[in-house]
Amino acid sequence: MNWTLILIQVVKVIAVFAVLLTCCAWMTWLERKLVARIQTRLGPMNTGYQGLLQPIADMFKLIFKEDITPGHVDKWIYNLAPLAAFIPATLSIAVVPFGDSITLFGERIDLVISNLNVGILYVLAVTSLGVYALIMAGWSSNSKYSLLGGLRSAAQMISYEIGMGLAIVVVVLMSGTLNLVEIVDKQSSVLDWFVFKNPVAFVIYFICAIAETNRNPFDLPEAESELVAGYNTEYSSMKFGMFFVGEYANMITVGAIATTLFFGGWHGPILPPIVWFAIKVAVFEVFFIWMRGTLPRLRYDQLMAFGWKILLPLAVLNVLVTAFFKL
Amino acid sequence: METRSMTLNMGPQHPATHGVLRIQLELEGETVLKAYPIIGYLHTGIEKTAESKHYRKVIPLTDRMDYLAPMSNNLGYCLAMEKLLEIEVPEKAQWARVCLTELTRINSHLVWVGTHALDIGAMSMMLYGFREREKILGIYELVSGQRMMSTYFRIGGLAEDIPPDFDTRVREILDLFPSRYDEYEDLLTNNPIWRNRTIGVAKISPEDALSSGLTGPLLRACGFKHDLRKANPYSSYDKFDFDIPTNDGCDVYARYLVRLEEMRQSLRIIRQALDGMPEGPFVADAPGIVLPPKERVLSEMEALIFHFKIITEGFCPPEGEVYQGIESPKGEIGFYIVSDGSPYPYRMRVRPPSFVHVGALDKMCRGGLLADVIAAIGSIDIVLGEVDR
Repeated sequence: MNWTLILIQVVKVIAVFAVLLTCCAWMTWLERKLVARIQTRLGPMNTGYQGLLQPIADMFKLIFKEDITPGHVDKWIYNLAPLAAFIPATLSIAVVPFGDSITLFGERIDLVISNLNVGILYVLAVTSLGVYALIMAGWSSNSKYSLLGGLRSAAQMISYEIGMGLAIVVVVLMSGTLNLVEIVDKQSSVLDWFVFKNPVAFVIYFICAIAETNRNPFDLPEAESELVAGYNTEYSSMKFGMFFVGEYANMITVGAIATTLFFGGWHGPILPPIVWFAIKVAVFEVFFIWMRGTLPRLRYDQLMAFGWKILLPLAVLNVLVTAFFKL
Repeated sequence: METRSMTLNMGPQHPATHGVLRIQLELEGETVLKAYPIIGYLHTGIEKTAESKHYRKVIPLTDRMDYLAPMSNNLGYCLAMEKLLEIEVPEKAQWARVCLTELTRINSHLVWVGTHALDIGAMSMMLYGFREREKILGIYELVSGQRMMSTYFRIGGLAEDIPPDFDTRVREILDLFPSRYDEYEDLLTNNPIWRNRTIGVAKISPEDALSSGLTGPLLRACGFKHDLRKANPYSSYDKFDFDIPTNDGCDVYARYLVRLEEMRQSLRIIRQALDGMPEGPFVADAPGIVLPPKERVLSEMEALIFHFKIITEGFCPPEGEVYQGIESPKGEIGFYIVSDGSPYPYRMRVRPPSFVHVGALDKMCRGGLLADVIAAIGSIDIVLGEVDR
């Protein structure tokens, strides 16, 4: 085993993790600023220029808050749930290629943590772990609002995962590989982007992805006007922060995977690959925030009906049609 | 397996119960079997307090019932007292009152559309509603110096003459608001999610609406063309030309449409009131009841005595009882006042629309989902200050 390779790998992991967490933190700033613009407000202004240091202030606030564990909770699961929300959300970024390979000190370095040959499978597996956190939190909190939030999220995420899986199957059919690096290579020119080859799959994927990340208009598990804060009602301090970071990490991951699967990953003219990748992901994030500022929330039964009666048949049909043309 | 229904206590501290309403819900999964509203968390004892105040000192209390529509409450009380005292209010005061109560209607509906949309998840709407409301609060401040608890109406007319730039300031609102209403409609009226969440939700049959005593926009959203401004005109509403919007939907969406149209109709009324604002005194000539103007108090003995007597002793209306209902933004608000000939009301009873409407909540929510309860509470537009007065 080559020690340099291991070192490079470790550095890559740390770098990606750090960048991801930093992005999560400033995503909250971006969200607050953009939503404020939409709502004719200013958003955070006092911490640094245009409130740029707000995420740091928020982080300190959360850390120094008293960590309350209510007496009636199931302690083990209650304490485990924030971790279960946070870790899977960060894991799936590992197989996303965010650039071509570069040469540094005579070593060829791929700009992806792990060039896994079943990358998509890994992504699906890891993202579906996230639902356990919500159920665990909802169940162990021993509170009715949390329980309802947990139940909703379980039903929602499982239903929409199927649609998402089927949308991804279409990409796999078109590209003929499960490896994300190869999928990106197949989309080297704009016309080859899978979003143009099969827009339906992208739309299905994107809708499901919003449901996966519990964002508006599918933010039922934490619908604050109905369920107070849903599954995380009983959490405080950094445990609450973990759910929060987990949600934002999920948004970034979803954006990154959508970019990889449908928008040609890091491919783009003139600018370096990493910049293109960042721009594409950023566009997704802005879109997420924009929707949050504009749309009302669906009702639980409508969400399920939409998932099972419209999205799923459409996804199946899409897979069949794509497969037919691939024959 | 034996199953039990779940009892969920929603409120009094809950983000969507508009203050401190508490609802005890029987749930089967997320389906509501029973919704039992429990009130009393904002008890202010306004009716009782009124019994120990001079008649003219009751006016500030009425502001604090429906704090989103202070002028309507003032008007209801003042009209009731004027009926009891048989005072003729000068035309200018009447028209100014119409203008201001219609602004109040818009004010109340703006807060309603904002919070209701926020409950359903469209959070930007709240800020838009409040942005426009700010302009109306500016008018309140202009006329009375206060932004919320304006207490501008007096028994017999107004507290002061309307200020000179009142006309231009209100006309700014008239020019601005129609386009803003269009914006709301763009965001909500045809939004499929909004329609899904509101059409057919929290339905109440017209018969139930009548038997529950619903009034105002809720009743009109059940297809009844009932509006006290037309049915029993007060404060010269009969001289204004406006329509009563109705809808046969009986659901949350119908209430939304009715209220939006009411806001447009209110603008129509305000425009007419401004265009035809008569000249003349702003308060009735009723010595011993209406405070004399300050200049006269400082220069004339008579006026000084009247002023002193009204402030310290109040005035004694004839014995009797009176009821006056008006069309507040939320429905019929009625003041029933019993006088025993002393300077204090023997009893003041308020018929608050919100209180009556909360009673119909159970009928609206049964069989719906948990999320529908939120939509229902939003659509009946309650103000807890008025429920627990």
